[in-house]
Amino acid sequence: MPLLPPRWRLLFLVVAALSLPVIAGIVWLFLTGSFDEVHGLVPTGPLALKRWRFLWESIGNRPPIHVPLLNSMVFSVVVSVVVVTVASMAAYAISRLSFPGRSMYLGLVLMLHAFPAVSLIIAIFYILRLLGLFDTLTGVILVKASLDLPLGIWLMKGFFDSLSWEMEMAALVDGMSRWTLFWKIALPLVRPGVLALGTFSLLSAWGEFILPFTLIVSTRSWTMALYLQSFIGEVFTDYRVAAAVGLFYALPVIVLFLLGQRYLLNVYSGGVKG
Amino acid sequence: MKGISVRLEGLTKHFGKVVALQALDLDIRAGEMVAFLGPSGCGKTTTLLMIAGIYQSTAGQIYFNERRVDHLHPRDRDVGMVFQSYALYPHLILFENIAFPLRLKRTPQAEIEQKVRQAADLLGIGHVLDRRPAQVSGGQQQRAALARALIKEPQVLLLDEPLSNLDAQIRLQARGEIRRLQQQIGVTSILVTHDQAEALAMADRIAVFSMGKLQQLATTDDLYLRPANVFVARFVGHPPMNLLEGGFENGHFTMGTLSIPVPSGHLKGGGSLGIRPEDATLDGEVPARVVVIEPLGRETLVTLRLGEMDFKVLADQAARPTLGTEVRLGYRRDRVHLFDQAGKRVAP
Repeated sequence: MPLLPPRWRLLFLVVAALSLPVIAGIVWLFLTGSFDEVHGLVPTGPLALKRWRFLWESIGNRPPIHVPLLNSMVFSVVVSVVVVTVASMAAYAISRLSFPGRSMYLGLVLMLHAFPAVSLIIAIFYILRLLGLFDTLTGVILVKASLDLPLGIWLMKGFFDSLSWEMEMAALVDGMSRWTLFWKIALPLVRPGVLALGTFSLLSAWGEFILPFTLIVSTRSWTMALYLQSFIGEVFTDYRVAAAVGLFYALPVIVLFLLGQRYLLNVYSGGVKG
Repeated sequence: MKGISVRLEGLTKHFGKVVALQALDLDIRAGEMVAFLGPSGCGKTTTLLMIAGIYQSTAGQIYFNERRVDHLHPRDRDVGMVFQSYALYPHLILFENIAFPLRLKRTPQAEIEQKVRQAADLLGIGHVLDRRPAQVSGGQQQRAALARALIKEPQVLLLDEPLSNLDAQIRLQARGEIRRLQQQIGVTSILVTHDQAEALAMADRIAVFSMGKLQQLATTDDLYLRPANVFVARFVGHPPMNLLEGGFENGHFTMGTLSIPVPSGHLKGGGSLGIRPEDATLDGEVPARVVVIEPLGRETLVTLRLGEMDFKVLADQAARPTLGTEVRLGYRRDRVHLFDQAGKRVAP
């Protein structure tokens, strides 16, 4: 590898220094989850598999691992599908159609995007109770999807804005309705955006803690985040078991991130044509 | 002729407060190719998009034969359209691009195959049908767009600056091809262009637009020999017509100290006199000084200083004068154009 030019070397050092705590945390997670004794970041005991026993038996009065795992999967996938579907349609309408209140709606979406969602949690609690959706996965899915939608709509709008008008005119003249035009021309052309937003909301839902923590009580509706949290006690925490569970919880994210980082870059570069 | 006639009645389009098109009446005959010619922002593309059904007209009616279509969705109008950017679907191979209108009509696969191959071979793109638009040349994209527009055998073919994104050389070739194809099929066509050479070469008749208004609809010859007003006179023809502004009196046109006898002796008041550079000569009576000489190969474009203005003369190569010398400007009496104060043609 050729040597980096001086100013890049400095940048590299800064980035490395900033990343160090995060990397150390991940290494700690790996080591503590795998070895019997760990001093600092140095394993001193033999490999220990007994803290992974949560994989094959229930621990305490917690549900077996497949329950929160399945719940988390359903939660993330459904949230992601809902966000992508609704955001694409809304964004297409905003980008391409003129309707009364369009600019006001745009402003509202932007404001909602900037709004701290946690401050709504009590109102959300009451609404879900009213709807009979409190303590259900469906309820949390609805809430999480709604909170992710403003970002999704803005992102997808950026992608749709970059499509050529002439191409849509051609599609109309060729005999398409707006609806088929959306499905057969516009949506396939913003595929990078769909994949980016899909991956983004999948990850965001997978890591979501506050909403399930507040809106779910019964253990049968637990997500992985709640399962992990249950190992962190007020008085005593067995960090070794917590680390093993945490590692298990993080693995899918790491895999998905490696697969989807190409698309995720699109989210963070602001919906420039991919 | 399988083409249909297109009739526009009082067609008007407003964008907010901007009037893009003002009460346009226009008759296009079956099987004819009409060019909409004008500078950008003159309303020609707006008109085309209203005929296609993409824009809703603010007022007025559009008829295909005797059928009123202005309230119909584009897909129910049976038009084919080629866009300046070609507007091919980038995610589909050329075959699917061309086949798209047929797929929407649920045409059987065998018929689609046969029609697409036929159209592609006719346009010479049969060997690139399995490529995507980005993988073929601009000329091939343009042909694919044309094939897509023609594949459903439309009643009207709309061409929106179809050649402006092509290289000069391919453009000349494509110009001839489109015209030949159009005449062969006999489809009524409208060509929008800002390039007069294109309009003159391809169209049966030309509609000249300016400021959202139709200035003149005429054949190439009429447009050139009898421009309806000063705008058309200046816009059509290259190099443009010389227009002298002055007044008419006693059978003469006067501008400053200059006095030129005109054929229509009855004219009075302000107006302008137009002489095309090719109708002027350097062996007349009006004294003028040579200020610029541009050799064009076959001819020479000579710019003269005439009173307060420049006057261009297209002279024979052999008759090229010397820069700075005094010459005698002449003109063909039967080829002068006279316009009144409002710019309207009054004679001959």
